[in-house]
Amino acid sequence: MTGKSIRIDNTHISRVEGHGNIVVHMEGDRLDRVEWQIPEAPRFFESMVVGRDWSELSRITSRICGICSIGHTFASQKATEAAMGITITEQTRRLREILNHAENLQSHILHVCYLVLPDLLGVGSVLPLIETHREVVLLAIRLHRLANETCDKIGGRTTHPIRACVNGWSMLPHKKTLGEIRDDHVKALKDLKTLAEFVQSLAHKFPDFERETEYVSLTNPREYALYDGVIKSSDVKEPIQPRDYERVTNEYVDDRSTAKWTRFNRDAYAVGALARFNNNREQLSENAKAIAGQLGLSAPCHNPFMNSVAQVVECVFSAEKTIEHSQWFLDNGIKEEDRGFAVREGRGVGAVDVPRGTLFHDYTYDGKGKCVEANLVIPTNQNHANIQADMEDLVPLIKDMSVEKMNLTLEMLVRAYDPCISCSTHCVDLRRS
Amino acid sequence: MSTKPKVAFFDFASCEGCQLQIANLEEEIIGLVDLVDVVEFREVMTEKAPSYDIAFVEGSITRKKDEARLRDIRERSGVLVALGACAATGGLNKLKNVRGNLEQVRRDVYGSDWDRPHLETYATRAVGEIVPVDFQVHGCPINREEFLHVVEAFALGTNPEIPDYPVCAECKIKENVCLFHLGQTCLGPIVRAGCGAICPSNGVGCEGCRGIIPHANRNAMKDVLAEHNLTVEQITEKFNLFPLYPEVTP
Repeated sequence: MTGKSIRIDNTHISRVEGHGNIVVHMEGDRLDRVEWQIPEAPRFFESMVVGRDWSELSRITSRICGICSIGHTFASQKATEAAMGITITEQTRRLREILNHAENLQSHILHVCYLVLPDLLGVGSVLPLIETHREVVLLAIRLHRLANETCDKIGGRTTHPIRACVNGWSMLPHKKTLGEIRDDHVKALKDLKTLAEFVQSLAHKFPDFERETEYVSLTNPREYALYDGVIKSSDVKEPIQPRDYERVTNEYVDDRSTAKWTRFNRDAYAVGALARFNNNREQLSENAKAIAGQLGLSAPCHNPFMNSVAQVVECVFSAEKTIEHSQWFLDNGIKEEDRGFAVREGRGVGAVDVPRGTLFHDYTYDGKGKCVEANLVIPTNQNHANIQADMEDLVPLIKDMSVEKMNLTLEMLVRAYDPCISCSTHCVDLRRS
Repeated sequence: MSTKPKVAFFDFASCEGCQLQIANLEEEIIGLVDLVDVVEFREVMTEKAPSYDIAFVEGSITRKKDEARLRDIRERSGVLVALGACAATGGLNKLKNVRGNLEQVRRDVYGSDWDRPHLETYATRAVGEIVPVDFQVHGCPINREEFLHVVEAFALGTNPEIPDYPVCAECKIKENVCLFHLGQTCLGPIVRAGCGAICPSNGVGCEGCRGIIPHANRNAMKDVLAEHNLTVEQITEKFNLFPLYPEVTP
């Protein structure tokens, strides 16, 4: 359509974590401006942790994000453990895996059911769905509560886990609790199947848009990587060690954003559930693969809107892995372990694939265990440039839509990435000059 | 027209974990929306409203330009509640203040880009250091039960009751072994209860996220910590992880 003037200045878009703006200015076919802006107030975490004791680091950095506080806790503790030369036990690793999967389930259910479903059902929030789709809302709440209760049982608190410590736990769950967790997750598989069927019934509402990009995630020969692994890019054959993460992230400051942006082999890359699915799909469980097939998700998938679908698939995987790890404790028992270690000088990097993608914490400690340098690279930072690139490709394709519809489609694009903007601006790096 | 109180949620510099605790009320959300009208909550809904009976504000103020948005919310709200540690006391965000020189903080973080205008920052302030606050919900994160109690009290037109006694009281009720007896340290004696002594109950000393109780004896607390072999530097760090010194303000 010629002569049409489009002006979208959508400040602080809703149903995302943190503050982001969408700006589109278009005169006829001339696209003057397409911008994904991050005006969120930065918090300067890397500066806050300097001079603090190793024992406080994960307590402080957990507070970067309410939704992925567990992922931050583990990336932080892994970085400290790498710096101090600590190898954790199998018990500690498996408990962390359970907690990490619980966070993955909690975060994905929150995103898919509370933030994305309203778009697919044409309402402004989940609240009207309490009347119109009560069974689905109750199902979502059941799954969300299960994930949160698992966080309580293992971590001591739903958000900002208390029990998780460097080299172990301040308190261990009872074996009976692990039995409950296993049984509850077995029951949850039925709810997840129902949820997948409901999402499948709405899948045609996801915009049909594709843009190939570079997909970055962790990868692990043992399993579909979340808690641990090395870095994999869809553009690079060889895996990259977490300690070399800066080769991948290449952070830079952009005027559109208080959050830093990243680039690797192209102008932008994507992290998150879809990137993990594209890179590691073969390692998913049979059940998760079947749900992916049912939802029409096959790799490689270049439609960013399908990230929400990949999250549904991962929910099934996380529930199944939780059953497996809980069973291990029922078979092997739980015992008190020594958390002691010798504090030493050094640098360590911790990488975890958290709900929104790959998270890096990088600390340098002096001989007394005080942090002297910190660098944190957050999944949403790594997605900002990709969101921008998607918008630039998408806007010309939808220019004939009404402004309202175009705005909604762009909001849906941003929401698909499940951005955690608080995270991305709270984490900017510190380099001692 | 609905006579239910109109409730809104807003956030400034924070992790939004306190608003997340509202989603974490799970089934009780349904009861909550029967009691109040949630008219604005950007994190979960698209709708907006011109005025509010109760505004919950999460987060600290960390730059000049956010003050106007906060003042506007204040003007349009009957009751304004500071939600969580970042809003109530400045919380962990005030660690930036004790790092000292803000130019250095910005240089540390953004390197040679430090003075680009959109990266402005100033010393962290609690919400109450900018506008009058009617009520504070403490904690990092908030306690969901306490939040429900606050909303119910407002809906019934009464004042919520928030403890002004220390965490130790709740810890004793839980029959926990005192962490000092186990060779650890804890700020429970001077920090506001209401969390159910959640950290000590999970084997970790109180970090002070709910702020200091009225008339607390800081010096006695310092003596106890010193008797348990903490250095002056370590004691200071414990006191400023969450700001327990009122003087640590801009």
